[in-house]
Amino acid sequence: MAENKKLSIIAFSGDFDKLTAVFTLGTGAAAVGYEVNIFFTFWGLDAIKQKQGRSFTGGNWLTKLFGFMMGGLKVTPTSRFNFLGAGPKIFRYLMRKNNVATLEELVEAAKALGINLYACEMAMHVLGLKKEDFIPEVKDVLGVASFLNLSEGGQTLFI
Amino acid sequence: MATKVLDITKEHCPMTFVKTKIELSKLQPGDILEVLLAEGEPLDNVPRNAKEQGYNVLSVEHVEGTTHKVTIKK
Repeated sequence: MAENKKLSIIAFSGDFDKLTAVFTLGTGAAAVGYEVNIFFTFWGLDAIKQKQGRSFTGGNWLTKLFGFMMGGLKVTPTSRFNFLGAGPKIFRYLMRKNNVATLEELVEAAKALGINLYACEMAMHVLGLKKEDFIPEVKDVLGVASFLNLSEGGQTLFI
Repeated sequence: MATKVLDITKEHCPMTFVKTKIELSKLQPGDILEVLLAEGEPLDNVPRNAKEQGYNVLSVEHVEGTTHKVTIKK
C-alpha cells in the first residue's frame, strides 16, 4: 500500500450524473483509506448549498435569479436525458430499484467518512453566495493556490 | 467486546466498502464486525481493504449460494 494516498476532485459540474461520479469516486476512495479533497466550483457549488431545492440565494436581483435557476442538490439536472427535470427522478428510481446508492446517500456517506469539502472563493463571489449558504461540513473557502497546495502529491480529477 | 453484523449482500460499489468502513469506524478496538457479502468485487475487495487499513481479518467463510461471511476484528 502506497503511503499518503490522496485523491483531489475539482467538482465543476452541477449535473446530477457528474456529481454522482464525484461522490462515488470520493466515498470509494475515502473508504479504502485515501485522503479525499473535493473542491466545488461554479455549477458544482449547487451540491453543497444548504438549501437543496430552489431558493433566491445571492446578493443582487441577477445572482438571486441565478441562484433560483441553479437550485441545490435535489433539483440538479442530468447532463443527458433531463426531460425537463424528469430525468433525475427516473434515475433516482432506477438507482433505488437496483440498490445503488442515490446522490443524497453518497453525500451523507461523504460526510460520515470525513471527506474534506471546499468551496471555490471566486465562484462563490460571482454567484453572490456566502459561506453560510453552504452546508456546515464545508471546511473552508479556497482559491487555486490553496487547492494546488492541498492536492500536491496525490491524484487530481476534474469532473 | 461486541459483535456487530453488517449485511451488504444487496449493495453495490462503492457502498459495499463505504458501509464497511463506516461500521468499522464506529466500533471499539477489540470489537468484531461480521460482514455478509456477495462474490465478485465485494468479496475480492472488502477483506483486502480491511487488512490494508490495519484491521485483523479473522476469517472468510462461505455461507450459502453466493453469500460469504468476512469476520473482521478492530
